[in-house]
Amino acid sequence: MHVPDGFINAPVSAVTGVVAAGAIAVSLRGARRELDERTAPLAGLVAAFIFAVQMLNFPVAAGTSGHLLGGALAAILVGPFTGVLCVSVVLLMQGVLFADGGLTALGVNITDMAIVTTVVSYAVFRGLLALLPRKRRSVTVASFVAALVSVPAAAVAFTLMYAVGGTTDISIGKVATAMIGVHVLIGLGEAVITALTVGAVVAVRPDLVHGARGLRQRLRLRVNGELVDAPAPAAPVAARASRRTLWLTGLVTSLVLAGFVSFYASANPDGLEKVAHDQGIDKKAGKHASSDSPLAHYGVKDVSDARLSGGLAGVIGVGVTVVAGSTVFWAVRRRRGTDVSPASTASTGA
Amino acid sequence: MGAGHAHRLYRHGHSPVHALPPHTKLAAAFAFVVVVVSTPREAMWAFAVYAVLLALVARRARVPAGFLLKRLLIEVPFVAFAVLMPFVAEGERVQVLGLSLSVNGLWGAWNVLAKGTLGVAASVLLAATTELRELLLGLQRLKLPPLLVQIASFMIRYGDVITDEMRRMRIARESRGFEARGVRHWGVLAKSAGALFIRSYERGERVHLAMVSRGYAGSMPVIDEVTASRAEWRHALTLPCAALVVCLLGWIL
Amino acid sequence: MDPVTTPASLEVSGLAFAYPDGHQALFGVDFSVARGERVALLGPNGAGKTTLVLHLNGILGGGTGTVTVAGMPVGKRHMAEIRQKVGIVFQDPDDQLFMPTVREDVAFGPAAAGIRGAALEERVRTALDRVGMGDFADRPPHHLSFGQRRRVAVATVLAMEPEILVLDEPSSNLDPASRRELADILRSLDVTVLMVTHDLPYALELCPRSLVLSEGVIAADGPTGELLSDDALMRAHRLELPFGFDPRSVTMGA
Repeated sequence: MHVPDGFINAPVSAVTGVVAAGAIAVSLRGARRELDERTAPLAGLVAAFIFAVQMLNFPVAAGTSGHLLGGALAAILVGPFTGVLCVSVVLLMQGVLFADGGLTALGVNITDMAIVTTVVSYAVFRGLLALLPRKRRSVTVASFVAALVSVPAAAVAFTLMYAVGGTTDISIGKVATAMIGVHVLIGLGEAVITALTVGAVVAVRPDLVHGARGLRQRLRLRVNGELVDAPAPAAPVAARASRRTLWLTGLVTSLVLAGFVSFYASANPDGLEKVAHDQGIDKKAGKHASSDSPLAHYGVKDVSDARLSGGLAGVIGVGVTVVAGSTVFWAVRRRRGTDVSPASTASTGA
Repeated sequence: MGAGHAHRLYRHGHSPVHALPPHTKLAAAFAFVVVVVSTPREAMWAFAVYAVLLALVARRARVPAGFLLKRLLIEVPFVAFAVLMPFVAEGERVQVLGLSLSVNGLWGAWNVLAKGTLGVAASVLLAATTELRELLLGLQRLKLPPLLVQIASFMIRYGDVITDEMRRMRIARESRGFEARGVRHWGVLAKSAGALFIRSYERGERVHLAMVSRGYAGSMPVIDEVTASRAEWRHALTLPCAALVVCLLGWIL
Repeated sequence: MDPVTTPASLEVSGLAFAYPDGHQALFGVDFSVARGERVALLGPNGAGKTTLVLHLNGILGGGTGTVTVAGMPVGKRHMAEIRQKVGIVFQDPDDQLFMPTVREDVAFGPAAAGIRGAALEERVRTALDRVGMGDFADRPPHHLSFGQRRRVAVATVLAMEPEILVLDEPSSNLDPASRRELADILRSLDVTVLMVTHDLPYALELCPRSLVLSEGVIAADGPTGELLSDDALMRAHRLELPFGFDPRSVTMGA
């Protein structure tokens, strides 16, 4: 559903607008790097395809039917950058041309439905592909899971945005259960449709599927009467600069969200604590082991203003997470790098 | 989810609003909605004034009330959500007609309904008075990246073509006796979707060839440019400025 | 016409080409087209006609042989000018009309070459008038009938003031009235025309000279009437005349 105006307050709408703009800028560069001068017509036609296929009726039962959202499908078929562009353009045009979704809610809608779904599904897809055997079937399975995860992920993102910037005080627990519960079901439908569609394309034109690039059949050469693997084509140099920009954008965004936006978050206890308090459960709650640490209770010790303290804690928290996560990621990458060199695979293949 | 909302809103006309340059209208509509969203919900009179302002614009644009109201129906899912709010929101409760409703929820419902409806109305007026290619030119003039606008332009141009192909596929399926009735038929539908993707992509490649054959070298040639005079900007900005006055009053009073 | 001083509009010499998947489509094509001629390119499906056409404006390349347009060789150096000189009208007008309105589509080519303002307007208006679509300038392409879209596609190419107009199956899917309208337009133009077609009566009506491309080489080159009357030649290259059509009974027009 496209969020209308007034549903999310102005500051959060503005921040999500900035996030969406940043993500689109990054995607424009990424798409141009992959498609070069064919970017405009190809992305445009794929966007037209997404637009059309969103209207395809998938009957469920007795008159109800489901529809495809398309974020996961776009990410797998044309890659994350072009995918984000295509779905964003569809949402932008729906908002401006068809009055579908508020003009001020464009940031929210694009972040939620274009960016979160595409990025999350692509990450899950790639992660799974790395673990599964290199076959066509793996692409279908990975598509299924990626799409399945992407829809509740969008629901979670929406819930977060609502938690921070919703204009009515509804307990986050209630919003979350309602949203996420329903969207797991929708995600199931999306997963089935996405997997079937990706499978259909891979069966006919696997070269068109961005996600199936690694499956390209290796050519063989006849050398001195023997069949030999042709040398692998040079992989496109994924510019380091782009990853760095992505990383920086993500970091800045997280910091902004954590610091600035949490400023506006309610200082009241969240749903769980409230329920606990009402039921008297919390009287028995013991002190947490690290409750004496400088960052305990989501505040920075010695910073008295609750909101400022919360914001600061958020920023510090994000910083620590990013450093820790990056270290793990980097370590894993180094290890995998040594296992997957072409020399070792060629010698096992010939 | 976006399904079925593909009816173009443009109404051909020669009103003063139609004649305004597109980027002024886009900026004005956006500014207006920002002001509306920033208005405190307790100032109920302010929203009535906004509605009157929009009605005046609709009159000047010669957009009939029925057309506008009919299009507001697109809001129906959110009306449902808004109606739920008084029941599920937190905070002190009040008795209305025997039901215990949250005060905060009631305000929240009013907030969403008022602002959401005004937002849709502003969008509809914008779309009804601005031709498609003008909208795209306007977006470009407002500094949206040209590549993005170009992608949007192709999406609009070929949206109908692809939808037509989809319709023809459905006719072909039905002519062979296939009727999709349940989940077990999704395989066939997905195969059609897959075929549609391939056709769309290949068409994209052919369009690129046609562009290259006419001299395309990576960036779109400049064909039209939109400009606006001071007077036209003043004209367009009367709406958001009037709304701003109302909003400020709403905060002060 | 002074063939000694004006260079040939098109000269193809020893053109051979194979696709990356290994399929060789052209096996040494040689022919030339003089300025102002109207020539039909005939041949069975799979003969290599589309491959040949795509070589004329440099979209395909990398094989052996040369293509020269009005004295300029087709290659990276003069690509922009070559694409202005060789105007290809593809089979599906929807692929070619990719802008939101007719006017912008026709303006695309000249604008890409750097023309702006009043000069651009002039080009667009002349091109649309030449195909009889002057009143449709502000319409979106999908509001036009197929025949009208075909004509606008021709206009998009004419606006670039090309040396040679290359048409791929111009009469396909047109009703008889639209076919005639298009024929009138083509006859009224004074550009060189190379027409790839299966429509043999159309070729006879519009093109005094025909080339037969078969299995990647030019198998025949001569006056259209003679080629179509040569039953052995026609049979050898899977060319067939429509039911009841006798080329000998038709008096050739201009």
